Amino acid sequence: MNPTIPHVPIGDAADAGIGWLRTNAAAFFDGLSSILAVLTDALTDLLLFIPEPAAIVLFALVAWLLRSWKMALATLVTFALIWSMGQWTTSMQTLALVLIATVIAVVIAIPLGIWAARNDTVSAILKPVLDFMQTMPAFVYLIPAILFFGIGAAPGLIATLIFALPPGVRMTELGIRGVDAETVEAGHSFGASEGQILRGIQLPLAVPTIMAGVNQVIMLALSMAVIAGMVGADGLGKEVVSAISTLNTAKGVEAGLSVVFLAIYLDRITSSLGRPGDHRTSLRSWFAARRRAAASAS
Amino acid sequence: MTAIQANGLYKIFGRRPRRGVAMLEAGASRDDLRQEGLTAAVIDASFDVNPGEIFVVMGLSGSGKSTLIRMVNGLWDATAGDLEIYGEKLTKTSDANLRRIRREKVSMVFQHFALLPHRTVGENAAYGLEIRGVNRTDREAKAREALSMVGLDGWGGMLPGELSGGMRQRVGLARALAAGTDILLMDEAFSALDPLIKRDMQDQLVDLQRRLEKTILFITHDLNEAMRLGDRIAMMRDGRIEQIGTAEEILNNPANDYVAQFTQDVDRTRVLTAAHIAEQPATVLGAEQGPRAAHKLLRESHAPWLVVLRRDRTPAGVLWEDDVAHAVRDDQTALPWSDTHEMPVVAHDTPIADLFGQAAQHLSPLIVVDDDGRFLGVIPRVTLLTAVGRMSPDTPDTSEPTEAATQQIEGPEGADA
Repeated sequence: MNPTIPHVPIGDAADAGIGWLRTNAAAFFDGLSSILAVLTDALTDLLLFIPEPAAIVLFALVAWLLRSWKMALATLVTFALIWSMGQWTTSMQTLALVLIATVIAVVIAIPLGIWAARNDTVSAILKPVLDFMQTMPAFVYLIPAILFFGIGAAPGLIATLIFALPPGVRMTELGIRGVDAETVEAGHSFGASEGQILRGIQLPLAVPTIMAGVNQVIMLALSMAVIAGMVGADGLGKEVVSAISTLNTAKGVEAGLSVVFLAIYLDRITSSLGRPGDHRTSLRSWFAARRRAAASAS
Repeated sequence: MTAIQANGLYKIFGRRPRRGVAMLEAGASRDDLRQEGLTAAVIDASFDVNPGEIFVVMGLSGSGKSTLIRMVNGLWDATAGDLEIYGEKLTKTSDANLRRIRREKVSMVFQHFALLPHRTVGENAAYGLEIRGVNRTDREAKAREALSMVGLDGWGGMLPGELSGGMRQRVGLARALAAGTDILLMDEAFSALDPLIKRDMQDQLVDLQRRLEKTILFITHDLNEAMRLGDRIAMMRDGRIEQIGTAEEILNNPANDYVAQFTQDVDRTRVLTAAHIAEQPATVLGAEQGPRAAHKLLRESHAPWLVVLRRDRTPAGVLWEDDVAHAVRDDQTALPWSDTHEMPVVAHDTPIADLFGQAAQHLSPLIVVDDDGRFLGVIPRVTLLTAVGRMSPDTPDTSEPTEAATQQIEGPEGADA
């Protein structure tokens, strides 16, 4: 006879908890849902309001400003390709979702990361929570997300947020803890307050690491935004899902390629944000050099 | 009033560190504490630093010197004991008060410079003033002034990453100077620099200290550096201060075997000064006297030369036996100065190492004078060489003194000072 073990009803408990929240906090979730929907719609409308050629040039200019003219050229080509594949609208919808999820994630992640860096207890509590958030299969988030927010952008955004948040927190903590101890000591030794040390020394020196975290947040958000198509969030994800259900290879490749182009663009742009010195041919470096020259000439 | 006064300072790391203090006071050793999971970094340290003094704490790594200096500005709390900065208690004070004392009284220079890489050199130098809330124009002016004091005029717009190690530490020094505090703590400040730049920085520090009369607490593991810089030196070992004294006191009267052993390899020619080995000549001649008197004195003293002093005891020159003999034969009345009228005068505080250059250039003995230029004694070449011979370590390792000697002779530029 096989040994048996009583079933611990964890799943049922989670279900009951979520049910309780649904009945008792419905107003909160409805409110949140409409706010998120309004935000996403507004940003999507803004991105789509600009005529495609102008938008493509604008994206290319941002690439030149932050990275290089080569990146700008690549942006021109790839974004024109997205347009010609007929994925412009869906791409902008996905971009809006990713950007809003990223902004919310960063707003939550950086303060949490700072807190964790300064307090070992907070760090010890956050660690397993972040592990949970990151390793739980992303689809699982979609179930309660639909229950709370129904179909549309909001559940996609929330699921994206939960999935994309951890690296932002972790990298912020890592960055601040990694700041050279002697430099922090120097701040103390000149009588700087904790706030002055955080703002003047720890955060600026942690920027490259924090930006690497933000980069990770964006990449995870993008991968999740595609999955969010399954719960009805408009964008490339929806295209992919419908391509799967109709076994439409052409559509699947076009939507998939658009995701790749968007991902590469976002990755290159955000990774150069934290390390301006690495990109000497960027417009930003050129402006900085001109400013310095003007300052030393005066 | 003393600038820094430490009284029975203890710093013990571990859980419930105060029990370690009780154990140490009851006679337990550092190892006994380690059994208990406690690390005694500083044990019963007491010392005073006077205003305008360079006080060096010298010890090997793990001797507790870095912990000690961090207690002086409260970066680390003392486990027991008292510490006062110009009469203000630093132990058991509020954080706000501690910050005020750091802003107004004590600044620090770090071993690895600890500059802010994202700020320009000028902004780094102004950091202490910025923390104090000084407005931009004032702090920029002060920072520029401090940078020019350390020889970095016009570098204010660069980033620290664009500077060499020596220059970065000058920025660190400028940052501490610009803060305008009386006390400078220097934690192994020159240890990361290569030897030539290190020498340069040491000279500059001594020079700045003389001009600005800062009180400097300097930490080092380099005994030669300690001896060069320190008005007084505290020798630390295993958390305890073994001896406090001037370089000469520590060399000549080591408090125990450890200090004696430690100092035996010190290049004494760099620490002991001309006054130390100067000897009184058998006789001297008054400048108003004539060749015949000189001749008589030379015969009595059995020396080939004779020192001539003016009435105020400043040296007028050195006469040579041959010249005097000629003068007497020719019935001259004036003293017969040799053609070159050579007279190598050295200050009483010149390190012996710096005497060799002069000794090599001149035949006559070196004439040692005090701060007012009055005659103290002479150092004939033989005396100089015997003195160096005596200073060599007793150990059979004979490579050291010869190496030192050649090094000295190669350095006549130091003797011109």
